[in-house]
Amino acid sequence: MHPALSVIFFTVASGSGYGLLFLLGLLLTIDPQSISGNEAIAAVALGGALAAAGLLSSMLHLGQPRRAWRAFSQWRSSWLSREGVAAALSFAPMLAVVWLEWRGDDAVLLRACGLLLAAGAALTVVCTAKIYATLKTIPAWHNAYVLPCYLLLGLLGGAAWAWALHAAYAPRVDVLPIAIAGLALASAWFKYAYWRHIDAKPAAATTESATGLGRFGSVRSVEAPHTEQNYLTREMGFALARKHARRLRAIGLMLIGVVPPLLAALACLAPAFGLPCAAAAVMSVAGGLFVERWLFFAEARHVVMLYYAAKTGTTQHA
Amino acid sequence: MPHANLKLDEPVGDEAKTTTCYMCACRCGIRVHLKDGRIRFIDGNPQHPVNKGVICAKGSAGIKQHYSPARLSKPLLRVGDRGAGEFREIEWEEALALATRWLGDVRKRNPDELAFFTGRDQSQALTGWWAQQFGTLNYAAHGGFCSVNMAAAGMYTLGGSFWEFGEPDWERTKYLLMFGVAEDHDSNPIKLGLGKLKGRGAKIVAINPVRTGYAAIADEWIGIRPGSDGLFVGALIRELLVNDRVDFDYLIKYTNAHYLVVRNPGGADDGLFARDAHGHPLCWDKRSGRARCASDIDMAPAIAGEYSLPDGRAAIPALQLLAQRFLADEFAAENVAAQCGVDAQTIRRIAGELADVAFNQEIRLPQRWTDAFGREHAEMVGRPVAMHAMRGISAHANGFHTCRMLHVLQMLLGAIDTPGSFRYQPPYPKSVPPANRPGKSRKDDGTLNGAPLGYVHAPEDLVVDAHGAPLRIDKAFSWEFPLAAHGMLQSVIRNAWAGDPYKIDTLFLFMANMGWNSAMNTMQTRQMLCDKDANGEYKIPHFIYADAYWSETVNCADLVLPDTTYLERHDCISLLDRPISDADGASDAIRQPVCTPDRDVRPFQDVLLDLGARLQLPGLIAASGAPKYPDGYAQYMVEHERAPGIGLLAGWRGRDGGKSGVGEPNPAQLRVYKAHNCHWEAKIPEAGRYYKMANRDYLAWAKSLGFVASTEAIVLELYSERLQKFRLAAQGHGLAQPPQRERARVEKFFDPLPLYYSVDDEIAYPLSAITQRPMFMYHAWGSQNAWLRQIAARNVLYLHPDTAAAHGIGDGAWVWLESAHARIRVQAQRHAGTAPGVVWTWNAIGKHEGAWKLTADAPEYTKGFLLNHVIDDLLPPRDGYRYANADPVTGQAAWFDLRVRIRRDDDQTSGHRIDAPEAISA
Amino acid sequence: MTMLPPPSPKKLGLVIDLDICVGCHACAVACKEWNDGGQFGPLPDENAYGREPLGVWFNRVHSYEIEPAETTGPAMTVHFPRSCLHCETPDCVTVCPTGASYKRAEDGIVLVDADKCIGCQLCAWACPYGAREYSQERGTMQKCTLCVDRIYNETLSEYDRQPACVMACPTRARHFGDLGDAESKVSKLVAERGGYDLMPEMGYKPVNKYLPPRPRRDGCATQAAPAREEKVDLSTASPLLRWMDRILSR
Repeated sequence: MHPALSVIFFTVASGSGYGLLFLLGLLLTIDPQSISGNEAIAAVALGGALAAAGLLSSMLHLGQPRRAWRAFSQWRSSWLSREGVAAALSFAPMLAVVWLEWRGDDAVLLRACGLLLAAGAALTVVCTAKIYATLKTIPAWHNAYVLPCYLLLGLLGGAAWAWALHAAYAPRVDVLPIAIAGLALASAWFKYAYWRHIDAKPAAATTESATGLGRFGSVRSVEAPHTEQNYLTREMGFALARKHARRLRAIGLMLIGVVPPLLAALACLAPAFGLPCAAAAVMSVAGGLFVERWLFFAEARHVVMLYYAAKTGTTQHA
Repeated sequence: MPHANLKLDEPVGDEAKTTTCYMCACRCGIRVHLKDGRIRFIDGNPQHPVNKGVICAKGSAGIKQHYSPARLSKPLLRVGDRGAGEFREIEWEEALALATRWLGDVRKRNPDELAFFTGRDQSQALTGWWAQQFGTLNYAAHGGFCSVNMAAAGMYTLGGSFWEFGEPDWERTKYLLMFGVAEDHDSNPIKLGLGKLKGRGAKIVAINPVRTGYAAIADEWIGIRPGSDGLFVGALIRELLVNDRVDFDYLIKYTNAHYLVVRNPGGADDGLFARDAHGHPLCWDKRSGRARCASDIDMAPAIAGEYSLPDGRAAIPALQLLAQRFLADEFAAENVAAQCGVDAQTIRRIAGELADVAFNQEIRLPQRWTDAFGREHAEMVGRPVAMHAMRGISAHANGFHTCRMLHVLQMLLGAIDTPGSFRYQPPYPKSVPPANRPGKSRKDDGTLNGAPLGYVHAPEDLVVDAHGAPLRIDKAFSWEFPLAAHGMLQSVIRNAWAGDPYKIDTLFLFMANMGWNSAMNTMQTRQMLCDKDANGEYKIPHFIYADAYWSETVNCADLVLPDTTYLERHDCISLLDRPISDADGASDAIRQPVCTPDRDVRPFQDVLLDLGARLQLPGLIAASGAPKYPDGYAQYMVEHERAPGIGLLAGWRGRDGGKSGVGEPNPAQLRVYKAHNCHWEAKIPEAGRYYKMANRDYLAWAKSLGFVASTEAIVLELYSERLQKFRLAAQGHGLAQPPQRERARVEKFFDPLPLYYSVDDEIAYPLSAITQRPMFMYHAWGSQNAWLRQIAARNVLYLHPDTAAAHGIGDGAWVWLESAHARIRVQAQRHAGTAPGVVWTWNAIGKHEGAWKLTADAPEYTKGFLLNHVIDDLLPPRDGYRYANADPVTGQAAWFDLRVRIRRDDDQTSGHRIDAPEAISA
Repeated sequence: MTMLPPPSPKKLGLVIDLDICVGCHACAVACKEWNDGGQFGPLPDENAYGREPLGVWFNRVHSYEIEPAETTGPAMTVHFPRSCLHCETPDCVTVCPTGASYKRAEDGIVLVDADKCIGCQLCAWACPYGAREYSQERGTMQKCTLCVDRIYNETLSEYDRQPACVMACPTRARHFGDLGDAESKVSKLVAERGGYDLMPEMGYKPVNKYLPPRPRRDGCATQAAPAREEKVDLSTASPLLRWMDRILSR
């Protein structure tokens, strides 16, 4: 699939934004006093900004963004619509938290709003992941790894921002770096498992089955309907050479699963470096997420490309 | 509300007009729907007999052909050098005055200095006649480089041919053999027919080096080596003869198989028919044991043996001579297999299948009929094997004879115009060949004594001077190319440039892209057009070019006359030209303007009539000297009479429109055509629909419509005495003999029986290279079309996977394709449906920058390519002389004789290149 | 409304005969032409005369070659038109966030309401058959409409109330009708010829069916064993003499 920068930016930014909001919501639910009003508001602002930036970016991908309001209507059937609804609904607890924190604490209400915020944030990311995971036409996405990966990576992104934010407000060694190290390793593990899964997965469909002509022998496209590109080949015909993929995967895993734990360890050992480590962790995670998300698209082949396949027995990985 | 703005009852447009498509040579009937004065939708006319409502990709894309940025808008006058593409727009008056001046000077001095050739056909009835009025010998359309071999072989054998003059019996055939059929001529009727055959379970065999299109849906694909079809057919003939699977009855009744051929080696009558005192050919009647007139009935003619004529001469029936040739080892299946690329078992099996269908599955139609010899028949017996052939057979130097061989195969099977086989389409069959000889001298009024194109019957008819040297600029109808029935457009530029046989003054081309895809040796051809002599004058002093689009040839011209599109003019598809009849009736059609031009263009036919009047050509002016057809082609179509009562349109003639075929001009004729879907048809009486060449009812009907002059049977010529006459001339007999240099050539190739010969095997160039036209583009007419070019904006060289592997070539690799003449750098792709030893590409997609108004980086320029560059227009020298690269009988351009080799380029950067020799080879 | 309607008895669709498609692209261009100038158009052509012409088409024609599995015969070439299959349970409808993509309850035709479409292209991602195309210029998705603006059109004659592609096809390889009616011409064709679904494993339940190429009767099945070389015996009386002898004794 063609890795559209606007969509990549959207899922990375909003995933991290909602991750941050989820962590904040969780914290407010458990112990609203453990975070200062200013920090909480800053967290909402940051998370909200990331989420909003992402959503705005996704609108760039639309052909008719002025009608985007219509996208709230089909939540009964469409995960994309549900994502929009969840994202919109999440703004309510976000604003409520800000107002409550600014007004002064009302612990019970804060807990309640925190819970709603966490739920809304989680739900939004779940919906995003489901958009991809429910597409049968893209075998690389249609598996059980996509949802946990989105959640974990969103959480990781949010946690990195949270750490940086917290390091700015209250620089001291905290549970956050440890959590980040844990999340980083978990995310990397899941991502690795995902890649192993898609590499090993047998082809659900081939050119033979797509055309129904396999009964005669091995099928190969000898003349495409057009000698130049068309919308389908451009959007869905993106092919990534295996050696590039391997290199990028390694970079991604490094930035997600190796660098952040190292930075966390460093911050624990040398608290003076807390803020710089946190900032570096944000960049590393953001970079890693970007690479991971880019690969998520680039390594995915839409089954429609089987109709264009010029090699016999082509699977989605050719 | 699911879909607020969904309208289910919108009218298509404001109005719909019928006319005839022009996107290829099929001439389908179309409906053009207009909305707000613009073309909204073009679809097939369900009431039209040619296409019955279907329409191909080209026809549907007509809108984009009409609205194309490559359309010319105004007459152009060259201001820079030829080839630079620098023009000044001028008014029509200036353009016509200039053309009149050039042509007027030529006509006064020597009309033959005008070479007037047309690419797009379907106006030949006008353009050929115009050339005749002007008085120039130098006219032809494009058949010489298209398929004259197939047309001429047919006319000299059956008085008809494949192409659009005959068709398989789609309703009844059980077995169809298709030899190299181009996917663009007669294409919609062929597609409709193929669909029917598959539905009925008839077997389709495609003999073609490439398996695409029609061959893809064929039951059996025979990947034959290009140019070897004659061997394959010869082997089939041999199998039929050996196994006695021949319709002797048919041969005797309808062909000249039983005619007695005189055996007198060295004598002036050797190989000619034995004739009686009245000149009628003789046969040997076994019943009475003597020679009798071959057309008598109630006798038993011998088809083998040697007989003594009353005057003592020895004679042998023609069929025996045929058997002698084809029973020889040369045509044994084992011996042809390697050269054809078809194994012996397959050849034998196909022969067996043909025989089985023809004889064991014969059709008997309960239709009484009477033949032209007087016999009455209770039924029509059919041998349901049909054949069709096109350019794949034609475009070889052996194509004429190969096609004659095909017709002989048909005759042996009794499969010419019998139920289930090949069927003539009126106005064919005509005489074998028709009586009109090519004009060769000028009358007092300056006109030619006959149309420039015609049929040569004997050496006396050749268009040569007293020394036997060619009189035409293209050397057609000379001893070099005697039966060049369609002229040789492909030789004009070379000969004009070289001044061989003489220099001309004005080259006048209509829609013939000789500056690109219609030329061999393309780059040098362009140079020739633009070449100057030592005095700095162009070797071809004046070049007038008429076209609707900015083709590659435009930039080489001096004066450009912009044509309308087919949707903006009147036109006719005449029985005098290339008709659209089907096997059951005669048909003709018109085009009518469905919209008016939005630019300063004029229909070429109108321009030609105007020019003719300005030049005061007889036939184009009234007695007063005023133009005879001031209202243009629409008037000419209705009022012009080629012979008394015979005009361009056969329908609704006579004052009241009640006559067909022959009748006075009807002033309201066009109005009636327009009211009848722009076409007319007349059905043949039921009893006349088969055996047309010998069917009394058919011949009477055909005569009544003016198609034939006599109702005598048209005898199919298995043996061509006419060709033998040329051989005798080469052997030193008769008044008209070839010059010394041509003797051996004429003697060899003017064989009264079909002959197989091949291009010399080139070890250095082991691959055959051919092209075919994609179904959605015609004659390079696709790249200016926004929709069609999205299907293909480039082409690649296809090769068999084994060939690819042997050369280390993978899909998309850049390779050098090299002939003895030049080389090109192109992209390759494997294709298993290609015969080994063959490479091919799609025709006419590659374009030359500066033409067709595409952006400079269009793939048509940078990736697309023509094979033409590597094809030399002259053959290698023989005794110091270079013949044109053409069939020695008809002058047909031998495109597909091309031999090449390929090599993968070590440097794989993208980019097409042409490496043609700098100096123009003489 | 992108919830799928309950299954309708009427399932309009196309049957495409791969046995007689010659790959001429008539259907593709007729469709382009009909819709470009109609209410579902225009179908934009970006860079139409340039290096990368990029246009929207509802129907595309592929060409495949098939190397036979069992016999040693020649490769087959099969031409293959591809367009919306108007599936019974297509995800392209349910994923649409705005309700622009919908399936008609009365006849099963799947359409895009261009006034509602926001051009998110998720439906194109959901379609395994590449039925939907998008252009930057227009910003909405476009696809085969089964010529819904022709088939019920009272301003057209009976004959003309067919999809443009069906009318155009010169080999008559395309058929239109109600696949939900077992007695319809198209249903009978499917039953008789073994019409099949494309990628049935996707679960979309396509309504359009493809008729497979009929087995090629090219004698290859009977030539599985290598041919015994038949040597022509050239030493006996010449074929000509034998022939003459037979003929003369008729």
